[in-house]
Amino acid sequence: MSAPEPHIRVEDLTMAYGSFVLQSDLTFTINRSDIFIIMGGSGCGKSTLLRHLVGLKAPAKGRILYGQTDFWEADLEERDSLMRRMGILYQSGALWSSMTLAENIALPLQEYTRLDPSDIRDIVALKLSLVGLAGFEDYYPSEISGGMKKRAGLARAMALDPEILCFDEPSAGLDPPSARQLDELILELRDSLGSTIVVVTHELASIFAIGNNSVFLDPDTKTMIAGGNPKQLLQETKDPKVRAFLTRGEA
Amino acid sequence: MSTITTQSGKSADGNSLRVMQNSDDTLCLLLAGNWSIQHDSADAISVLQRLQDEKITSVVFDVRELTGWDSALITFLLKVLDRCRQRTISVDTSGLPSGVQRLLALATAIPERSGARRTATHEPFLDRVGKQTLDLIDSSRDILTFLGEVTVAFGRLITGRARFPTSEFLSILKACGIDALPIVSLISMLVGLILAFVGAVQLSMFGAQIYVASLVAVAMVRVMGAIMTGIIMAGRTGAAFSAEIGTMQVNEEIDALQTMGISPMEFLVLPRMLALVIMMPLLCVYANLMGILGGFIVGVGMLDLTFTEYYQMTIQSVPLSNLWIGLFQGAVFGVIVALAGCMRGMQCGRSASSVGTATTSAVVTSIISIVIATAIITVVCNVLGI
Repeated sequence: MSAPEPHIRVEDLTMAYGSFVLQSDLTFTINRSDIFIIMGGSGCGKSTLLRHLVGLKAPAKGRILYGQTDFWEADLEERDSLMRRMGILYQSGALWSSMTLAENIALPLQEYTRLDPSDIRDIVALKLSLVGLAGFEDYYPSEISGGMKKRAGLARAMALDPEILCFDEPSAGLDPPSARQLDELILELRDSLGSTIVVVTHELASIFAIGNNSVFLDPDTKTMIAGGNPKQLLQETKDPKVRAFLTRGEA
Repeated sequence: MSTITTQSGKSADGNSLRVMQNSDDTLCLLLAGNWSIQHDSADAISVLQRLQDEKITSVVFDVRELTGWDSALITFLLKVLDRCRQRTISVDTSGLPSGVQRLLALATAIPERSGARRTATHEPFLDRVGKQTLDLIDSSRDILTFLGEVTVAFGRLITGRARFPTSEFLSILKACGIDALPIVSLISMLVGLILAFVGAVQLSMFGAQIYVASLVAVAMVRVMGAIMTGIIMAGRTGAAFSAEIGTMQVNEEIDALQTMGISPMEFLVLPRMLALVIMMPLLCVYANLMGILGGFIVGVGMLDLTFTEYYQMTIQSVPLSNLWIGLFQGAVFGVIVALAGCMRGMQCGRSASSVGTATTSAVVTSIISIVIATAIITVVCNVLGI
C-alpha cells in the first residue's frame, strides 16, 4: 500500500456557539481512503465537528484544509465545488420530504451534471439498488421505515460519487443486523470507490469493525485526548476515559 | 425512652412512621404499612425535626411491619440521609429491604455535577431592558441579512443563474392562488357587506343611499381588498411557508440542501416569493369584485337601488388610479408575507416547539408589517395627491 496521502487536515480548530466553547485545540489529519471515526461521550461536540468538516459551520478559530485548500479562505465558487465533492448522511436521513426517493437522488444530479433524464433515471436506479432499495423509486420518505430512510439518505449522499462521505450516527435507531449491514456497506464503498469516510458514532462494534483512524473528544477538558487506529488505541491507551469508553467501562 | 408516633391514618392501608429513641444517641425509625405514592405519606417533618437534637449520633431502621414500598419511601429516606449527612449523623441502612438499599446506593452513587443545576436567577429590570435592546439589534441584523440574501438570489434569478424545480413552483402557485379562492371570496364579500351596512345607516339619513355604492367600491378597491387578502394570506400561506421550512430545518433537510451546494434561498425561498407576488395582485382583483358584490347585495336588496344605478355609481366613483394603488399594495403585501414566512422558517430552531414559535412569529410579523406598510403607502399617496 502506498504511503497515506492527507485528505482533510484540521489545524488548531476551536468550535464554539457564540461565547460557549465546545472544543478547542483540535489538530488531526484524515488520510485518503481512511475510515475516520469521531468518538466521545454524549454532548462532546461530535456532530458539531462533523458540521465543521462539511462546511456547514465556520470555525471560531483554526483552519480546515482539503488537500491544499483552506475551506473558509476559499471563494464561494470554490467552496461550492468542494462541498459538492462531499456527501453526508444525516442522523435521520434528512430526505426532502416533499419529493420521492428518485427525485431526492436525482436533484443533485440535475443540478450539477448535464445528464439527460433517462441517464439520471438509470443512475438513480443504480444507487438505490446499491443500498438495497431497488424498486422504491416512487415512494415518499414518509412511506418507508427508519432504516430504509437511512439507506435512501446514503444513496442520495452517494449521488455525485463524492470523494468524502460523512455519516452522522449511521447505526442509531437500527436493529443490530441492519447496523452491521450498513457497516459492511461502508467498507464496501471505501474499497470500491476509494472514498474517504468520516463517521460519527459511539457504537463500539462499528468502531472496531470499520475504523482505521479516529479522534476522541472529551467533554470535560474540551479537547481531543486521543486519536489513531481504534484497535491500537484500545491496546495502548493509558487514559482511563478512553479506556472506559472503548471497553464499555468494564476494564 | 421516648416514642413519637405520626400516622397518616387517612386510609386503612396507609403507611405509618414511628420514631423511637433507643438510647440517648440512637434514633430508631419504625416504618410500617404500605409506603406508596398512591397513599398519603406519613409526615416526615417531625422526624427531620427530631434529627436536630444535638445528642443523636446515629439512626437505624426497623422495617418488620413494612408491607410494601415504592419511590415514596425512597424520597423520604433520601431526605433523612441528606439531613443526617449535614449533621454528620451516621446512618445504618442495613435494616432496610435490600431493594431499597440498592436504589439508595444508585441514587447517591453519582454526585450532582457542580454547575449542572439551573438556578432561577432574578435579573434586575435594567439588565433585562439592556438584553432586550441588544436582542433587537441582533434581530434587525438578521432581517437585513435575510433581505440581502433574498436580493442576491433574485439577482441570480434575473441573470438566469438561479434555478428551482418548476413542478414545485407550480404546486406552490396553486396552493397560494386557486386554493385560497374560497376563503378570500367569503371574507371579502362579508367585508363589502359590512361596509355597505355601516354606510347605509349614516347615508340614508340624508337620503343619499346611492353613495353606498361609492363607499364600498372605493374602500374595497383602494385598501380593504388588499388588506383583507394580505391578512388572509398571512394566516394561510405565510404560516404554511414558515411551518414547511421550519420542519425542514428540524429534519436537517436544509442542511442537506446546503451540503449539496444548493442554496436554500434559491430552492425554497425564491419560488415561494415569486408565487405569492404573482398571486397576491390577482387575488386582490378578485377580492375587490367579491367586496363590491357584497355591497351590491345590500344596496339592491335593502336600499331599493336598481342594478343599473348601483353599477353606474360604482363605475363613476372609482378612478383607475385607485385600482393600481390597490394592486401595488397587494404586491407589496405578497412580498411581506412571503418574506416573513420564509425568514421565520429559516430561523427556526431544532425542536417541535420552535416550529410553532416560527409560525406564530411569521403571522404576527406579516400582519404588523402589512398595517405599517398600508400606513406608509396611504401617507405617500396623500402627499403625492393620488
